[in-house]
Amino acid sequence: MIVELGHLALVIALGFSVLLTLSGLAGGATGHQRFMAATPSFVAAQFVFIALAYATLTYAFVNDDFSVAYVAANSNSLLPWYYKFSAVWGAHEGSFLLWTLIMSSWTLAVAVKGRDLPDTFLARVLGVMGLLSFGFLSFMLWTSNPFDRLIPMTPAEGADLNPLLQDFGLVVHPPMLYTGYVGFSVAFSFAIAALLSGRLDTAWARWSRPWTNIAWAFLTLGITLGSWWAYYELGWGGWWFWDPVENASFMPWLAGTALLHSLAVTEKRGAFKSWTLLLAITTFSLSLLGAFIVRSGVLTSVHAFAVDPTRGIFILVFLFIVVGGSLLLYAARASVIRSSISYQFFSREAFLLLNNILLIIAMALVLLGTLYPLAYEAVTGGDKISVGPPYFNAGFVPLMLVVAAALGIVPALNWKRTSAARAYRQLRWVLAASVVLGVAVPLLASGVVRWQIALTLLLAFWIVGSHLLDLSGRLRKGVTRIPLAYLGMSLAHMGFAAALLGIALTSQLSVEKDLRMGPGDTFVLGEMEFEFIGTTQIQGPNYTAQRGTFSVRDGTTRFAMQPEKRSYLASSNVMTEAAIDAGLLRDVYISLGESLGGGDWAVRLQIKPFVRWIWLGGLMMALGGGLAIADARYRRLRKRMIAQNLAAA
Amino acid sequence: MKRARLYLPLGIFLTIIAFGYAGFELNDPHQLPSALLGKPFPEFSAPLLAEPARVVDRQVLLGTPVLVNVWATWCPTCKAEHEELMRIRRQTDLRIVGINYKDQRAKALRWLADYGNPYDFVLQDLDGGLGVELGVYGAPESFLLDAQGRIVYKRVGDINPRIWRDELLPHLETLEVGSVSADLR
Repeated sequence: MIVELGHLALVIALGFSVLLTLSGLAGGATGHQRFMAATPSFVAAQFVFIALAYATLTYAFVNDDFSVAYVAANSNSLLPWYYKFSAVWGAHEGSFLLWTLIMSSWTLAVAVKGRDLPDTFLARVLGVMGLLSFGFLSFMLWTSNPFDRLIPMTPAEGADLNPLLQDFGLVVHPPMLYTGYVGFSVAFSFAIAALLSGRLDTAWARWSRPWTNIAWAFLTLGITLGSWWAYYELGWGGWWFWDPVENASFMPWLAGTALLHSLAVTEKRGAFKSWTLLLAITTFSLSLLGAFIVRSGVLTSVHAFAVDPTRGIFILVFLFIVVGGSLLLYAARASVIRSSISYQFFSREAFLLLNNILLIIAMALVLLGTLYPLAYEAVTGGDKISVGPPYFNAGFVPLMLVVAAALGIVPALNWKRTSAARAYRQLRWVLAASVVLGVAVPLLASGVVRWQIALTLLLAFWIVGSHLLDLSGRLRKGVTRIPLAYLGMSLAHMGFAAALLGIALTSQLSVEKDLRMGPGDTFVLGEMEFEFIGTTQIQGPNYTAQRGTFSVRDGTTRFAMQPEKRSYLASSNVMTEAAIDAGLLRDVYISLGESLGGGDWAVRLQIKPFVRWIWLGGLMMALGGGLAIADARYRRLRKRMIAQNLAAA
Repeated sequence: MKRARLYLPLGIFLTIIAFGYAGFELNDPHQLPSALLGKPFPEFSAPLLAEPARVVDRQVLLGTPVLVNVWATWCPTCKAEHEELMRIRRQTDLRIVGINYKDQRAKALRWLADYGNPYDFVLQDLDGGLGVELGVYGAPESFLLDAQGRIVYKRVGDINPRIWRDELLPHLETLEVGSVSADLR
């Protein structure tokens, strides 16, 4: 009965999304006070009913209601209680319910925070967001209803949540990722509202900038968590696979990063107006395209969600209407934009343009690699081809090196024009020190210099050095308060350097060894000695496991590591639970393979230098994005707008 | 001129959508997707993963029905599929032959040691040449061959309990593979 209420709540929410769309768009177009005043209440109602539906599904999970098909397929009475909450988004239907919940939360946030925006503009933004909600809710109700029942064939027990997903990483990864994906709908809706109103000055960019920042920060965090989760949970120590699902999240990230930077130019200098509009549309379109790739089954081979052709068609049509419609609107309206500002090649504008070009090329590269197999198949009438990591790495690595080289110059740049001589004076010592350190550090640490490592170190020192120098320069000049936005930018840029360093060093310096070990055996890998003590049988809540114990000696310190081989009871899945000794300079990673009889085991030992820096860099970037929106400027802006509104009234 | 340029993004998007749609039609899992369906499995020669010095050809697939499974260690779905292959191995007489696709030998051997080996033997396809012959898009993909080496069924994507029950079992029944149906109805 409760479950049917959840279904009903979704239907009611769908009704409110229609009302929201109509009142928002009609109110925005006519300026009719009645419509515009009703819009926020529809937003609130839509949110309440989607939240209710979500709570209902959670209730079904917590109470082991296996008459609900989705619960039966993704839970089990032995599943620990905390995973019953996160199992709600463990598969397609429930994760899409989470997606719509997040969509309605963003809409609510815009309705509350955007009270000071001009009435017609806010109404239009909310109307566009309502239209998106309507699409998402229809998709769920028609093709992916999480509330379908298994009656009368109700199973006594559930099939259990995929063991890969029974993990803290899954608890936090999808909500962060979706918050980022869907968060770009705000910038999208601001852009569409601006196009609809024909008011294409820089105001919309100013308003949408903090929203874009926070969505980007969440997406960064989501991708970082996903990579970290894959690393420790898939059991073989990889952290990025270039598979379509990862690419689906990476493309909006690249476009969103370009958007962040382009919005800055539009807001501060009034340039790139048309381009920024296009990027706002593109970024959210890529989020939708990602949903299509992941959930439709077009790229069957590697994705995790169940295949259902009606879903693919629905998303494709939705994509066609939303993205096609937006781009048509853009083409029809953006022609009135005139940019009048000028800037020289050596200026902030030009470098932000370079940033945009590089990021969009990178995005196009990933898009091509992801869709090329489809296009090839369509053109040749069924011939198939595959594209793998070699393609992506070949294009991506050089692009990112150029990005890194340009990034170090950023702190020395001014708007409009920069004196190259002055920039050179500011940065020459940083440049010299980076070159020296890039060669000296590996030489002192290991006695060998590989050019890949030297180059990456050089670039990382270059970025960090030039940013720190600028920050300290500002402090010395007696600037007491550095704007949070500037601090955020510096932190994010240094995060990029940290991630770059982590990626290069772990790819170049990791060592690993597979071997057979019996109790008492020792093996020396790198500078560490591994001793296998033996295994013991242990009992988890919904699994049994063999737990191996290793004694690892690193120089003079000795510590124990305990990898497990788990057998999950309900699904009879066997999982490798790696033991990881994490450190800033290196991770030690042990996974247990098959039992080879007589107490012997197949064992994999890995030492992965600096792998943590990849995620540390991701966290720094996300934190930087978060800091930027806390900037006092936005609070001042808000006060000014309230004052203006009062004056107008 | 300027106006026309603004339509460019729309044009690019429509092209992508057209390909997406075409690819979608071609990949429709309800259609039988391979041009090879009903045709003999192509001639090939490939080394064995376990002993790369030994090169085998199409002959090794003949005699009894066989499930040819394309997999790789870089493919997370293959890992999800692996359990089901192990179960099929344990509970039926069906022969399973692996094609290790665009992979590294050491990693592949390690995978089989780590997670168990459901295959009678595994063919090595380092450069994906055999994959091209078979029209493999990615991994995993599987082909069911009858005793004469004709492809009677192709699956793009993982073999899971539902695919086994709804698609493979009915085919196997017509091929009359030993104990398959007795054990697993």
